[in-house]
Formats: sequence, C-alpha cells, structure tokens
Amino acid sequence: MTIDASRGAEAPPELVQLLTPEGERVQHPDYDIDLTPEEVRSLYRDLVLVRRIDMEAVALQRQGELGIWASLLGQEAAQIGSGRALTDVDMAFPTYREHGVAWCRDVDPVKLLGLFRGVSHGGWDPKEHNFHLYTIVIGSQTLHAVGYAMGIQRDDASAATIVYFGDGATSQGDVNESFIWASVFNAPIVFFCQNNQWAISEPLEKQTRIPLYRRASGFGFPGVRVDGNDVFACLAVTRQALKSAREGQGPTLIEAFTYRMGAHTTTDDPTRYRVASELEAWKLKDPIERVKAYLFKNELADQAFFDSIEAEADQLGADLRRRCLAMPDPEPLAIFDHVYAEPHALLDEERAQFAAYLEGFER
Amino acid sequence: MTVMSLSKALNEGMRKAMEDDPKVLIMGEDVGKLGGVFRVTDGLQKDFGEDRVIDTPLAESGIIGTAIGLALRGYRPVCEIQFDGFVFPAADQIITQLAKMPMRSLGAIRLPVVVRIPCGGGIGAVEHHSESPEAYFTHTGGLRVVACSNPADAYAMIQQAIRCEDPVIFFEPKRRYWEKADVDTTSTDWWTPMDKGRVVRPGDDVTVLCYGPMVKTCLEAAQAAEEEGRSLEVIDLRSLNPLDQPLVMDSVRRTGRVVVVHEAPVNNGFGAELAARITEQCFYHLEAPVLRVGGFSTPYPPSKLEEHYLPDLDRVLDAVDRTFAY
Repeated sequence: MTIDASRGAEAPPELVQLLTPEGERVQHPDYDIDLTPEEVRSLYRDLVLVRRIDMEAVALQRQGELGIWASLLGQEAAQIGSGRALTDVDMAFPTYREHGVAWCRDVDPVKLLGLFRGVSHGGWDPKEHNFHLYTIVIGSQTLHAVGYAMGIQRDDASAATIVYFGDGATSQGDVNESFIWASVFNAPIVFFCQNNQWAISEPLEKQTRIPLYRRASGFGFPGVRVDGNDVFACLAVTRQALKSAREGQGPTLIEAFTYRMGAHTTTDDPTRYRVASELEAWKLKDPIERVKAYLFKNELADQAFFDSIEAEADQLGADLRRRCLAMPDPEPLAIFDHVYAEPHALLDEERAQFAAYLEGFER
Repeated sequence: MTVMSLSKALNEGMRKAMEDDPKVLIMGEDVGKLGGVFRVTDGLQKDFGEDRVIDTPLAESGIIGTAIGLALRGYRPVCEIQFDGFVFPAADQIITQLAKMPMRSLGAIRLPVVVRIPCGGGIGAVEHHSESPEAYFTHTGGLRVVACSNPADAYAMIQQAIRCEDPVIFFEPKRRYWEKADVDTTSTDWWTPMDKGRVVRPGDDVTVLCYGPMVKTCLEAAQAAEEEGRSLEVIDLRSLNPLDQPLVMDSVRRTGRVVVVHEAPVNNGFGAELAARITEQCFYHLEAPVLRVGGFSTPYPPSKLEEHYLPDLDRVLDAVDRTFAY
C-alpha cells in the first residue's frame, strides 16, 4: 500500500497542468485549450474579484457582521476554471465554499453573505442561476446532483451536472453511493473534488491512502487530477468532462489538487495543527500570481489593466460591505415562512399564537 | 474543588475514564491534534496517543459502525459527533445496530458505546449546528439518553456513561460549554446516579421540567418569578431515558402545575412524553394542563431569528402565567 505523500509543494507526476506557477504555458497531450487574450484577462478579473469578495467577507466576520465565513482563499482557480466551463444549461451543486462558482453563475455575492450572517439558510433561487443552494452537511449534495443528472438523461437534454465536494467528503457514504449511482446509470455528471488537503484539522492521509482521482476507476468511470491552482487546466479538464457527460459518456471524477490557504472557517485556527512552511510552499503556487505573470510576460495586459481590476475589486468590496450592513434582519414571524408549500393547520396555529405573544410586549 | 468550564469538565472526566480503563477510546472528526472543534478532547491525543484518541475519516456512520466493532472486541469507544445536525448519517447505525444488537444477541453482546453530541442553539451558527435531536433517540428502545447541564454533572455523567454497559447518547449543551463552576474531582461521593434527575431549585407553586441548555434559562426564570411572588421548582431531568419518574411525580403532586421547557420543537417533542406520563400518574393532583415551551414546528431558523425560536425567560414566565389562568 502506498501512501500519497504528495501533499507538499512538490507537484505529483499525474497532475494536468497548462500554466506553471511561474506563468509558463505548457502543453498536455490530452488536454489543451485555446484562449484569446481577452479570455485570459477575463479569467484574471474573475480570480481577483472573487478573492476580494472572500477577503471582504472574512473582514466582515471579524467585525461581527457575519456569524461565520468559509474562506475560498487559494481555491480561486479551481472554482473559476470549473465554473467558467459550465454552459447556461448545466447545473451546479455546491458545498458551502463555492463562492467563486457562485460568481460564475451570477449569484449576487451579498446573498452568500446573507447565509453566513444568519439572515437566511439559502438566499437565491437555484433555478434562476442553475446553481443549487449551499449544502452544509458534508457530501449530501452529491446524490442530489446525480439524481438531477438522471433527470437530464430522461429529458433527453443536452446538459450536464457538476457537483462540488472536498477531500473530507470522499469518506462519506453518500459520496460513495453517488459514485455508484452515477456509474450504474451512466449519469451526465462531473464530480469536482477540490482536494484542499485539509478537512478542518485532518490531513488528506486521514481520508485516503491513494490519490483521490484513482478512486473513480474502482467505480467504473475515469478520474483525472488537475492542478487546482491552474485556472487554464481546470477550465480545460472540466470543459472536456462536461462535454463527455453531455454526449452520453457518463461521469468523470476531477480531483482539483489545491490548498486551503486560510482556515476551515473563521472559527478555526489552523496554527494548532499544521506547519507554517506548508502554507509558504503553496503561496509560491498562488492561482492568481501565475496568471498575472503569464499576462505580463506575453504582453497581454499592461499596468493600466491591472490597476483597473484592482479599482474594480476595491469598488466591489466597498459595495458588498455597504449592502451587507444594510441587510435587514428578518421579521420574527418569518420563522414560519416557506416551511410547507400548502396550508398547514398546526403551523398556522403556532404562527397566530406567537404573533399574539409578540403583541403582548408591544402593549 | 476546582473551578472549570463545562467543556473542561468533560475533558477531565474523559481523561479520568481513560486513566482508569485502558479500553476506553475516543473517536471522532478533529478530536486529535485539534482537540475537537469545541476543544472538549483537547490534549487527550497528546497524552494517550493516536491509538486511543482516533481522528476518523469524515463519515459519521463509519464512526458509530466501527465503534460497535471495537465494542465487540472489548473496547469502550466514546464517539464525538461534531454537531447535532451531523448525527443523522449515523442514525442508521445507532438505531438499527447500536440500540438493537444487545437484544438480538440475547444478552451475549453488550455495547458500552457513548455517543457525545453537542446540542442546541444560541451560538449564532449556520444550519445543522443548533439542533436538539433528543426525541429521535428517546424514541428508540435500547439507548440510554442523558443530558448534562453544568460542569459538575458533566464531569460525573461522562464517566458514568463510559462505565455503563449500555449504549448512551450523551447530549452536551454547546452554548453552556464555557460556563464555569466548582467540580470536586477528588471524590465520587457526591455523584448522582446517571439515571436520576435532580431538583435544582425547590419551590411550591409550579414544577418546571428541563434539561441540558434550558436548565440555566429555567433557573433564571425561577429567580424572576420569585420576585413576582411565585415559587417555581426547577427539576433538571438529566436522564431522559430512563426518566426519573418518582422525582417528577412527587414534585407535580406537591405543586399541581407543570411547565416543560426544551429547545426542541414542542410537537412530538420529549415534553409530550412528560405531559402524557404526568397526566396518567398525577391526574387528580393537576390544577392545570401540562404546558410546554419549546421550538416551533419548523426547521431551526437562520441565526438572526433564533432568539425568537428558542425558549427564553419571558416564554417560560408566560407559560407560568398561563398555567395559573386555569
């Protein structure tokens, strides 16, 4: 039995990479991508803006404006690359950390903040964005995504589903069951595992003894490991897997090899369980810096471009902050809203009783 | 006497149990180096090693299922479910196996497994982190279900649960983890048997039944009621299954009025069982119907609304007022 000891900064050999940490473009025999300068600049903009959303949210939590926040720091390329591979008809099922994918699906970031502020458990209409609600229970959404994909199949639609989960989730029964169902029914789905190396305090070795992408072969579908900090590679690999799904070729497992540069959530303190040198090594593989280096080296963008993106990020952050603080608290009786689709006598009774109780304080 | 927080008391209780019995194991997500997300197992892996304090893969069904296997091999696993809302993936193993296997074996098998569950709301958390799932488990024969409310009980009860030959679902009031009180770690003379409740404040007018996080709330309500001239007797049930019926019924026969308080929804909540049993056993002593204060028949709301969902001093006193209206 071999232990996958590739958690450090050294890239494992089977990694699909199209852009090195130094910003050098490399070719891959199975995956390639032809991006216009405009497309590269657009990806860069996405990466910078979602990092800014994340930074602003962390700051808001620190100031007591959010109850908690799950930072995506370090995972921007995995999320933007895969998110931009989706077409409008594809459906995405996120965990609670997919703020970058939410951005790609045009979900207003203030709605993400609402969930972490405790205003709502959800906040957006999944049908409007083809982006499902965040799921907090680890791995549950993988089965929902497979079921959704089976629906696509039965509709004879040309669409695919993508489901996000982490390295920790791969231990859950639901995730393994979802692999079985997807395989048996040849469902049009892409399993997108962001292996950020840590499940709160537990390193990858607590979940697996083989690289996660290799699990797929045991279930009967292809698996691929991609450099999760390389937005080009994430885009190329996800695009191909989605195409394969849409064309009836069944599921693919993508393991985006990345790193959680921040804490699990704002209530977590990673200094208790991981060494600082690991983070330093991964900082050299930052998903944004390599795109910036590529743009510079190839003279695809000038300083004015980078300045304009910074200015846009500043504005986005300020706007987000303003709208977060202006978010009204829900009314107490909202507790009873949306629980049932049809009238429910018991709930109606409780609502009336609670309304009368509250009125007692106003008298 | 040592002053310690409820979480520290649990930690010390588990440490003592591990020192006393080499078969005691700790299992769960992040229980090792991190010491649990609430630090309840802090330092135990460092002192007892990775074979006895096991960071498990991220799968609750796996935690309970393998704990059953370890128990079959003679170990006494103490499993941590990280948050109440994550116990449900483990519900299959708890309900179909842990609760039933001893009877299935005609007593040849005993499963001394403890399932620790931080429960309840009030900490401003996101979904699935504030639930009160006790009734699912009190409804399941074969499980003992207890809830501690203060550091001293936490220290004693976790050790009693570990020593118990039966599976114990052990609820910990997460918003009280940081509350401190004196704990006597030098003697066990003061320990109350795990299946007994306790009158935590004597009174004459109304019996208030509560457990876990609501004990503190009810004691505050009793203090406020006294200022209004009403004497509430507050009982910390401590054990929900089995229920300390003599303690409850003796009190109800004296007061004739009962208010049950829990965070879980009233509808089909543990209070329903209390109301039914009290009605059966104390019918002619009751001056008013048993009133229940608890959560609404909704999913637990987003945290901005939880103060309205959770019973507080005012809602307890409102029920006290209503019981006098009969």
